[in-house]
Amino acid sequence: MSRYRPAHLATALVCVFLGLASATSLAAGPVPDDWQAVREQARGQTVYWNAWAGDTRTNGYIAWVAEQMAETHGVEVVHVKLDDTSTAVSRVIAEKAADNLDDGSIDLIWLNGENFAAMREHDLLYGPFAETLPNFALTRPANNPEMVTDFTLPTEGFESPWGKAQITFYYDSDELRGDSQEVKSPPDSIEALLDWSRANPGRFSYPRIPDFTGSTFLKQALIALVDDRQPLYAPVEESDFAKVTAPLWDYLDALHPHLWRGGRQFPDSGPALRSLMGAGELSLAFTFYPSEPAAAVADFELPASTRSYVLDDGTLGNVHFVAIPFNSPHKAGALVLADFLLSPVAQAHKQDLAVWGDRTVLDVAHLDDATRRLFTVDANNAAMLAPEALSRTLPEPHPSWMTALQEAWQSRYVAR
Amino acid sequence: MWLRLTPFVIVAVLVGPILAGVAMVLLPAFGYLPTLGGETFSLAPWRELLAQPGLARSVGISLASGLLTTAVSLVVVLLFLAAAADTRLDHWLRRAVSPLLALPHAAAAFGLAFLIAPSGLLARLFSPWMTGWERPPDLLIVQDSWGLSLMAGLIIKELPFLLLMSLAALPQLDAPRRVALARSLGYRPTIAWLKGVAPALYPLIRLPIYAVIAFATSVVDVAMILGPTLPPTLAVSILEWFHDPDLGKRFLASAGAVLQLGVTLAALLIWWWLECLARRLGRRWVVNGQRRGGERWLRLTGRSFLITTTLTAGLGLGGLALYSVAGFWRFPEALPTTLTLGHWQSALPALSSPVTTSLIIAASATLLAMLLTLAALENEQRHGRRAGKNGAATAPNRRVTAMTLLYLPLIVPQIAFLFGLVVLLESLEIRARLALVIFAHLLFVLPYVFLSMAESYRRFDPRWTRLALTLGHSPNGAFWRVRLPMLLAPLLTAAAVGMAVSIGQYLPTQLLGAGRISTVTTEAVSLASGGNRRVTGVWALVQATLPLLGFIIAMGLPRLLWSNRRGMQGAQ
Repeated sequence: MSRYRPAHLATALVCVFLGLASATSLAAGPVPDDWQAVREQARGQTVYWNAWAGDTRTNGYIAWVAEQMAETHGVEVVHVKLDDTSTAVSRVIAEKAADNLDDGSIDLIWLNGENFAAMREHDLLYGPFAETLPNFALTRPANNPEMVTDFTLPTEGFESPWGKAQITFYYDSDELRGDSQEVKSPPDSIEALLDWSRANPGRFSYPRIPDFTGSTFLKQALIALVDDRQPLYAPVEESDFAKVTAPLWDYLDALHPHLWRGGRQFPDSGPALRSLMGAGELSLAFTFYPSEPAAAVADFELPASTRSYVLDDGTLGNVHFVAIPFNSPHKAGALVLADFLLSPVAQAHKQDLAVWGDRTVLDVAHLDDATRRLFTVDANNAAMLAPEALSRTLPEPHPSWMTALQEAWQSRYVAR
Repeated sequence: MWLRLTPFVIVAVLVGPILAGVAMVLLPAFGYLPTLGGETFSLAPWRELLAQPGLARSVGISLASGLLTTAVSLVVVLLFLAAAADTRLDHWLRRAVSPLLALPHAAAAFGLAFLIAPSGLLARLFSPWMTGWERPPDLLIVQDSWGLSLMAGLIIKELPFLLLMSLAALPQLDAPRRVALARSLGYRPTIAWLKGVAPALYPLIRLPIYAVIAFATSVVDVAMILGPTLPPTLAVSILEWFHDPDLGKRFLASAGAVLQLGVTLAALLIWWWLECLARRLGRRWVVNGQRRGGERWLRLTGRSFLITTTLTAGLGLGGLALYSVAGFWRFPEALPTTLTLGHWQSALPALSSPVTTSLIIAASATLLAMLLTLAALENEQRHGRRAGKNGAATAPNRRVTAMTLLYLPLIVPQIAFLFGLVVLLESLEIRARLALVIFAHLLFVLPYVFLSMAESYRRFDPRWTRLALTLGHSPNGAFWRVRLPMLLAPLLTAAAVGMAVSIGQYLPTQLLGAGRISTVTTEAVSLASGGNRRVTGVWALVQATLPLLGFIIAMGLPRLLWSNRRGMQGAQ
């Protein structure tokens, strides 16, 4: 592993003196404005990309990205597989604490929400860089504010959008078939979910808090149950947490006895819900990735009778991003990678149901015809959510709500 | 000359990092970690720890799983050995148990989970014709709040370990003669063994038992798969706190790690106290003259329990294999509707790099451990015993201390010192990841290699060496040309044990490799967070196969090389 590090101050000074800015700036970070120079600098670098690896399809896509990057940009991409993104965040924090300011172990990190908030708060990110990526313009951030907003926080260019997620419910239409062979309708709202769970005890659950998907379910329920949503979009300290969340706890107290395992145990994660659906332990579940049910059908994990939908009032959706830690030794490579991830080829490949099925962040309607054709969605897949359903997207509350809800949930329901 | 230094090298390698790691956890546990703003000592981390919901329960389950797992495993091992006769079943059982030792903990845990889950293999086999279940029953079995499935998972692994440790120690005791003597006094065989051999065997396997207690109170990967969740065991909670993006939780986690150290120590103390109790009560029982009471019952329990354990592990592995090729598999069906190689095909390209890394790490750590162990044992042969001229007691005494230190990495919970070690290495700016991981593995490989090699090395008939010396060979020549070749079988077995231990390591790989070193084990655990049973099946099988291959080679090679020398082929 070769990495540049000015051995002596003198050498560094000489370099600056000779105008070799690109050589010395590695320690301080490349100058992203000169994209050609960034690309030159990136060539030959090894980028350690820390990304959650609980899904083989995601991992497969990242492996494809690595191949492309090696071929077209001469950058080696190593997928550092995480079982929880906060591991990587705490590693950067530990490195900063240990005064490791220019030789960190992470070059790019896949994150959003409270992890981004935590990294920004501790000044752990390099940037702003997003606006300098040539492909970033394709997301048309001026018209799509969610591309520069992460859980109400402005990203300010410290992370670059990668994909889109939205809570999507799915069920086995065979399971819900009544005596008349007609599919009984699955619950279309948070309130209806309670009635449905009463009628079908043990057939629904949500991932154990503090899991990401599980916490999102809490927020989804809270949004549906409060009269005034406004306080949720400001920091939690500004409102009376106990009062605002009281309806949520009443709701959960009523719901839990009718959940899987009587609410005494919860599945580990979003994908664990899917696995329980496949095993027949649940009849109704939800995911953050709208195409996950269809993809799971293709992988034999779920029956072909699987159907997806979103709640009538819409469901929470967000954008997930990639960011560069402040002490990454390979920032140029990370920048080129972040840009490649935004390229139409990479975005279209990612959206392909056979590959991953993660929705694009590009503003497809404004791409040229040939490029747009790359993004055509197969409308015939029965397990797939109808594209228009995703227009009913609820924005994420302020990230502080997530942490507060998690803590409150744990002190209420752990060790009861 | 350098040979004499090896004991010190071993002690330094094992003890240094552990003490340093524990120190680096103790300081933040009392609020001191300047880099994170902890400038003064305080009890705040402890107050925060005590305020954690469900802490008492976490601690209780860690404690209980340590003690119960060990107690059940020990009782079963003793009963089985007591009742064991020269029957074919017993030979088969002994043989079937050794590969279980090679099975990584995570793979065994996955196997068990797939077997006993409400939608698992067992429920499928008996549904719906017997149970009437058309849907998986809504039962809390895996990850139950009492930690029973966790204990079951641990017993599957600890039973074979204690059994093999006992089998290795037994030859020192001349058990057949003890039993024969007792039988001549009218004792039934099982009672004869329990009263005549077991009390002498126990001190020989005491350290392995302590290692089992320590492991079971602080295990992370098995507890993540099978352990309770609301709250999880203490070790799992500590891991979560350490990984929390809120750095303030580092203090809490450190306090937790110190508490874990205390819990493990408490478990050991309770066990020690139980030992005293058992000794007092047992002494009366041994001499009470009862010659036959409960013979049949004792005989049945040990054997049936061991058979159940072996079968469970086997069925679990079968379940993993089945899931790894399963197409869609609706609940009551005992077999998948369709079979597919798709999961293997898509995993294959991703397999080669972690497999290679695992093998490199395992081979390097094992090689180092073998070198150190051989040097230490050879030193003991040449100097150790001769040194105690004025009293035979000194040598065994020294050996006892060395042995205890060897067990240190197995008794201090990994979670209690690895984090401290990471912080320490970070601040020393040591970032040679692969080397660090190999070094961390060495901490755990070395004790096991030493333990599995020491007995055969020490029991090696000294007359062979003396013969070689009289024929004009130097001590080194005798070592290379006589001792090593003759000990090939146990050496290879020790190497296979070392490889297996290394391949199964999760926490050291993850922490010291900064997540960048991916082995089959880290890969399997991170993929398991995706909850896809088919993919988990593939990876757990790969994880289980690697060490098994090592054992097959270790058993097969001596037979091949020494096909014309029956006495040197190893395993009877």
